[in-house]
Parts: sequence; C-alpha cells; structure tokens
Amino acid sequence: MSIFTEAQAKAILDKVIKLSKADECVASLEGSVAGNIRYALNSVSTSGIVSNCELSVQVAFGKKVGTATINEFDDAALARVVKRAEDLAKLAPDNPEFIPAIGKQAYTATPTFAEATAGITPEYRAQVAADSINPSKAGKLVAAGFFSDAVRFSAVANSKGNFGYQKSTNVDFTCTVRTDDARGSGWVARNVSDVSQFNAKSDIQTAIGKAKASSDAKALEPGKYTVILEPAASAGLISFMMQGFDARSADEGRSFLTKKGGGNRLGEKVFDDKVTLFADPAYPGAAVLPWDNDGLKRERQPIITNGKVDSLQYSRYWAQLKKAKALGQPGNLIMVGGTKSTMDLVKGTKKGILVTRTWYIRSVDPQTVLLTGLTRDGTFYIENGEIKYPIKNFRWNESPVIMLNNVDELGKPERVGDDESPFVMLIPPMKIREFTFTSLSDAV
Amino acid sequence: MDRRDFLKRTSTSVGALMLPVYGHAVAAEVLATPADKAMRKVLADIALNAATKAGATYADARIGRYLRQFVITRETRVENVVNTESTGIGIRVIVNGTWGFAATSDLSPDAIAKAAQQAAAIAKANSKFQTAPVQLAPTKGVGEVAWATPIKKNSMEVPIKEKVDLLLAVNNAALKAGADYVNSIMFLVNEQKYFASTDNSYIDQDVHRIWTPMTVTAIDKKSGKFRTRSEFSSPMGMGYEYLDAKASGKVKLPGGVVGYTNSYDMVEDAVAAAKQARAKLTARSVKPGKYDLVLDPSHLWLTIHESVGHPLELDRVLGYEANFAGTSFATLDKWKGKDFKYGSPIVQLFADKQQPTTLGAVGYDDEGIATQRWDLVKDGVLVNYQAIRDQVHIIGEKASQGCCYADSWSNVQFQRMANVSLAPGKAKLTVDEMIKDVENGIYIVGDGSFSIDQQRYNAQFGGQLFFEIKEGKITEQIEDVAYQIRTPEFWGACAAICDERDYRFGGSFFDGKGQPSQVSAVSHGSSTTRFNGINVINTARSLG
Repeated sequence: MSIFTEAQAKAILDKVIKLSKADECVASLEGSVAGNIRYALNSVSTSGIVSNCELSVQVAFGKKVGTATINEFDDAALARVVKRAEDLAKLAPDNPEFIPAIGKQAYTATPTFAEATAGITPEYRAQVAADSINPSKAGKLVAAGFFSDAVRFSAVANSKGNFGYQKSTNVDFTCTVRTDDARGSGWVARNVSDVSQFNAKSDIQTAIGKAKASSDAKALEPGKYTVILEPAASAGLISFMMQGFDARSADEGRSFLTKKGGGNRLGEKVFDDKVTLFADPAYPGAAVLPWDNDGLKRERQPIITNGKVDSLQYSRYWAQLKKAKALGQPGNLIMVGGTKSTMDLVKGTKKGILVTRTWYIRSVDPQTVLLTGLTRDGTFYIENGEIKYPIKNFRWNESPVIMLNNVDELGKPERVGDDESPFVMLIPPMKIREFTFTSLSDAV
Repeated sequence: MDRRDFLKRTSTSVGALMLPVYGHAVAAEVLATPADKAMRKVLADIALNAATKAGATYADARIGRYLRQFVITRETRVENVVNTESTGIGIRVIVNGTWGFAATSDLSPDAIAKAAQQAAAIAKANSKFQTAPVQLAPTKGVGEVAWATPIKKNSMEVPIKEKVDLLLAVNNAALKAGADYVNSIMFLVNEQKYFASTDNSYIDQDVHRIWTPMTVTAIDKKSGKFRTRSEFSSPMGMGYEYLDAKASGKVKLPGGVVGYTNSYDMVEDAVAAAKQARAKLTARSVKPGKYDLVLDPSHLWLTIHESVGHPLELDRVLGYEANFAGTSFATLDKWKGKDFKYGSPIVQLFADKQQPTTLGAVGYDDEGIATQRWDLVKDGVLVNYQAIRDQVHIIGEKASQGCCYADSWSNVQFQRMANVSLAPGKAKLTVDEMIKDVENGIYIVGDGSFSIDQQRYNAQFGGQLFFEIKEGKITEQIEDVAYQIRTPEFWGACAAICDERDYRFGGSFFDGKGQPSQVSAVSHGSSTTRFNGINVINTARSLG
C-alpha cells in the first residue's frame, strides 16, 4: 500500500509535526506505484512494478537544520525519523541563509490525475510492447522501446499549519525502430498524464515511417542552415537555458542574464518578439502539482513575453535579500506557438533541414549557454516545401539564446517526453535561421 | 556519464529541503555499523530455495546495504549534510529459459520467499515473448568468500566535523586566492554487498569509494565575464586516506600545474584553481585549426570512457541499449575480421576490474564471477568486448569476464563498463620530453564538456586548462578550446604515450545506462598521450 488517501496522509503528517520538539518542522509524504516494460531486438527484456512511499522530515533548531526520511509509518517509526532529523540538526552548523518555513498556503487543485492511468495492468504494458514489436517485425524492422507509468500522491505539511495533498499520474513511452541492416533509424516519444490519450499502435507508425525513410542518408556539408526543429529537438536546449533564469546566479555574475557592470537583465529584451514562455501549474494537458519543492504555491508566471525577460526565479533567501517576491518554482514550461504542424512548417520552407530529435546535449560555455549535441533518428533535407532525402546526422554547437533570436516561425505546441526535459513541457515545432552544424556523424 | 541527477540534487539554487538520493537518511553512527554476515546467508538461502521450488533452474540473491554521505558547502558555509542508508534484497531467477527479477526492502523470511516467487512468476510471464532461451556461461561456485576495498581509513567513521572543517578550509583558501565563489562537496560511498547463487557461491564484499568535486569561479564584473575551474582530483576506490595530502601523491606538470595520484591536497588545488580561473578571464582565445594534442590523464580518462569504454560494451553492440544510450560502431563483424584498426599500433587498451584504487575494483562482480584483466584493443586492433554470463557465448568466450553490476539491491544487475585503460608506453618518455617534440600543439589538463553520438563515432571534448605549445615549448594559457573527433581516426592519430611513471587514473562516479536508468562508477588509467593533427574549434560566441 503506497497510495494513501488525503485523510491517511494528513493523519501521519499531523503525528510527525506533533512529535517534533524542534523550533519548526516541515514534513512531506510521497508514494508511488510505478510499472514498466522494456524491449529490444523485437523481444521483451525486462518488466517490473515498484511500490514505494517515503516520509521526509526536516526540522530546525534556530538556524540548524536536519533532514531524515523513512518508509515505515507506525508510531515507533515516526518517532524514530523525527529523532534522527533532530539529532542531525543538532550536529549541523548554523546555516546563515536559513529561512523559516512558509506560512499557510492557499493551494488551488490542478488536474494532474487520470483514473485510466491508475488502472494500467501488466497485460496493458505487454500489449504496448506487442503493438511496437509486431508491426516492426512485419516491416523487417527492429524495435527497442520502454513504456513506464506511475500513479503518485504528494502531501506536504508544516508546523505553521500548512497542508496540501494531491494525486498525479504519468505515462512515458519511447521507441526506437531500426532497419534490420542498421542503415535507418526512427524514433517516437509520447508523454501524457491520461493514458486514454495514448495509442501505441498509431504512435509506433511515426518511428516506423522515419526508420524506413532514413536509410541511405546523404552527407551535407556542415555549416549554418535553416532548420525545422520538432518539439523534442529543441526542448533539451531550452531546458538547459532555464538554469540562467536563477536570479542569484544572474546577480552573482554567472549567467547569460548577468548585466555588464553588475545586476541582472530582468525587463530587457533578450529574445525574438515571437518568443513567449510561461509557467502555469493548471495548464490543460501539462498540469503539475500546485506547490514547489519548498511547498510554495505555484501560480501562472510569465517568464519571457514577446522576447522580454519577465521574471527570474528567486529562492526564498535571495528574494528576502533582494527585496523581491519568491514565487513557487515552475514545474512546467509552456511556450506559445501557432497552429501549424511540423509538416506545415516544412511546406513553407525553401531549403532547410528537418530535425527529429537532439541527443547528448552538454554545456560548452555557460557564459553564452553554448551547447553541443547531435541530431538522431531521422534528419532530412527539405527543398521547395518537400522532404527530399535523408541526410547523415550532424553535430551542432548552438546557444538556445541565439536560436531564440533566429526564430522564423512557430507551430502548434506539443508535450515532450520525460527524457527531453526535467520540466513538463509544451513546445512548438520551430523554424530557425542559421542553426550551426559543425561536423558530420556516421552514427545511425 | 550522467552527472545531471547528482548536480540537480546538490544544486545551490534549490530550496533548503534536500532529499537524500538513495534510501533513508540515517544518523552518523549507523554508517559505521557492519551488517551481520551469518544472518545474510540464512536469508539468501531462503530466497534461493523459494526460487528453486518455484521452478527456477538458476537463481541469485543480492542482499545489499548501501551507505552514502554527502557534505555540501559553498563559500563559508555548509549547505547540507545528508546520510543515507538503503537495505534490501534483489532476487534474479531463470524460469523457462527467461530472466525474472523482484526486490523487496522487507527482509522477513516470508517477504523474501514471496519476492522469489514473484521473480519466478515474472520470468514465466515474459517467457511467452522470449525468442531464444538465456545461455548462462558455466561457472564454478566459489563457496564462502570475502573481499574488501583495501582502505586505510573508513570514511564513514570520520566525524562530520572533520569533513566540514576540511571543505571550509578549501573554500577559504580559494576565496583568499582570489576566487569569487567556490562550491565543494564530499561524496562518500560504502556498498556492503552479499551475493549468493544456486552455483554455491556466498560472497561478502565491502566496497568503498570517495569523490570530492569542487568548482571555483572567477568573475570580471566590468565585462560580465565569468570562468570556472574544477578539481584535479579523481573519484577513487579508496578510503578517507585519499585526502591526506601527501607529497608523494603530487605530480609536477608543465604550465605550473600540479596533478595528483593516490593522495589529494584539496586545499592546494583550490588555491591553484582560483588563480587559474582568474587567468582564464584574460587568456587568449584559440585560433581554430589542426593541432597536435597532448592530453593529461586527468583529461584523457573521459575520452577513453566515451570512445572506447562504451562502444565496446557487448549489450550496446548487440542492440539492447538501442532505445536509450544507443548502439556501437564496433560491430561484431569488425571483431570477427580480427583486423579492424581501432587505433595506431602503439595503442593497447585493456579492461581490468582488479587495479587497486580504482572505482571498478571488486573481488567478484554482481553475478559472482571473480574479476580479471583482459585486452580490448591489442597493437591497435580490436580483439574483445566487455560481457557477462548470458552474453559471452556470443563472442566465443567460455567464461564471463565479470562485468555485471547493479547500483542498488532494488535494480536488476546488467552489463556495465569495467575500468578501461590505455597501457603506458613501453619506451621511457616524460611529459616534458613529449612536449619538446611538438611544433604546433595544445596541452589539455582536466575534463570539461563532453558529447558523443549514439554509435560512438563523433565526439567533442573540452577541458579545464589549455596551454599553447609552439616549437616544443609551452607559450601561454589559452581559452575557448574544444576538439572534435571520429573515434577510429582519433586513436589512429595516437603518436606517443608517456611511460608508466606518469600513469594516473580519472573516473566517473555517475555513469548512466539502462531504462530505468542506473549509475555505476568506473576508472580509466593512462599516461599523458599525444594525438597528431586533431581538429580544434573555437567555442567563444557573442550574444550581442
């Protein structure tokens, strides 16, 4: 039993807070039942179900803080975990940046739970594998994929009377389909909260189509090209860039949003007019919990509006120091786009390159957010609005800040998978000018 | 390698509540208490018997107690101290020629028997999809044996205060030497692992690892420019004695750089880091083009890891990682042909799970196989891979090479990278002598940015410090350097390797692989090595 009801969770958290003799106590309880199935070479390799529930207790004596966790919930266990946190706190040196626990928050429930996902069975997972493997086999292709699903609950409470409880569900699916001669490779990823919006049978056709179409790729010269980036291709770059939105990093002089001479670039226009990005915990199809890791209430928060930096992320300590307001840290990122599909963007492109996804993204220079990575699983040359032929993969060296200054057009936003971003993310396909490819890769 | 998870959890920008990464946070004294061996044998036998009764033709049980401690600091203060403990049993079985796995943290006899039955039931269910039965290479049981990392000082027994004092001394030294910011972390691991199998093996192992990452930042407020320099230590398979700062552990390198072997002077390195980070702010930007690269072991380990370690993992070669980490260019036909030139004739690359002080050193792997050393690339030619019991028949080996590992009792063990290293040159050669021969080159120290494609052909690497070499001499520190390679051409350009006097290890604490993802720790040894005519790009950009 690892999914507690609201009443059960509240009873446990109330007991913990009552047990603590510290100046203040913050506790959280999280439980999940997560299932998965993995397959490769057209055969199931592993599958399993993991149930877990964990209680985390953080206490403070003055500015001394200690944290302990446990996954047993009888009275003796609760007393033990509180004592361990208190013992650690007493050993800890003063934290001069200590900020007292948050006050009572007025959370607004967000639509993070879908009953259908909670009802997924081992047979359903096996069928997802079969729906990937069977059409691949029939087409002389080889499928390797991973399907995972989870039901979770989260509850937070503290000694100042705050309390919140919410359930959530998540489904993540990725499948790589390769031709049996290993000369072509395609990929599909889907991420939803509600499994009734997922259909392996139809989604797998995306990977199958790309695998077949990507054989016999031609080599193009590296250089600057107009690109159509599918949502999965740009999500990793944008997620990386968000680290620079930390107010403290910017104020300390170690972010691309640092101002020459000191301070930060809040309020300045840093991106193309077409770029608008915000966080909204209740956004339909991309909802997240209504509180952040600190228990702070999340609200709709503009981050970039028409290219202007609208907000930076302040920790509670930094907000107090800089007399700014600390808002709940975003759990999702929504980028505003248009109505066109990826293929509509292709149609309007005279010469360019279609990128299915990007891979192995790493920071090269944090000063400019210069990143490097590669294209993978379906890269195609576009001419006069048509996909002409598959091309060999490229290594790219590009900054998302430069990329978001070179926006020609944005399509209809889509939700990207868990592997592409630590955020729940809705990102449009993008048409970008002068994207920098620096070398060719022989990898398929 | 996947540092992302770790960095996320030790990030200085997150709120005060830091959840432990593994298992439950525990009080310090718990970390120093050993687990009971006799009890573990009784519990393991319960698992093996229940599995056999449920139809298993083979079963193994791993009872693990995984202890970890983080001490996280920045500038003059401690951000967090976290102790974690995770204990449980993982049971793996073969039924109908198919693997099944189940794990539980409940170590009562009933729960263990139930988990064994669950593993058997999963194997039976999955056998419907099995195309070929598991072929397990035979192994002789080893009876009751034990192995422990040969540590001198158990890190878990060193008081937290001593660790905090050292890190704060490090930070103060860096600040005094001109750093604007400094983050330093101590990360300590003790895996107490008990393995038992139906082959009559009962193996008790006590594994220790230590890592002290550090980032020193220098800022020029006027220009808005910032630069960092990370530690020149390496994560090691050692106890707290690694931090003893003995003179014998220091290596004087060109460019006024100090490297470290099996003893690290963290305070000294912090001072150097502060000065070198400051120098980076005004260092000349590199002119892109072809250069001869002289790569220090503190840098080359990561290139070996990505361009040799990963492509020679047999599960990747076969396609089992196709949907995540990828496959490999080093396909079976290249190995079968016995003539695939992986590198120049002086290139000898080998796997070794026994080298002392390495992260991968254990007596036995996580399926009970005694560890060993074997060649991967001999005289420049591909000769072997890294494999485990159910794979070695594919490459004609009679016994497993011992590469099986799980990062927790709760995860199933699978093929992981051994320590993969470049053998030192046979002829006497120092780093200074190597540099004397270079007309137009760059000397690179420390690991930086790294990225490689899913078949391990095209890679790009940065570094920590770069020095221009002109006509046999180091001229100045330069910046904005990254080099791009195609793996076989890069190793084919290997022109000289320093001798064993310069042999040092680097390594990764968090090499990621698998779905769900697991981490493993692995070392890579080398001496300073020269590669001719490598493509160097300039990474400086302007944001306008």
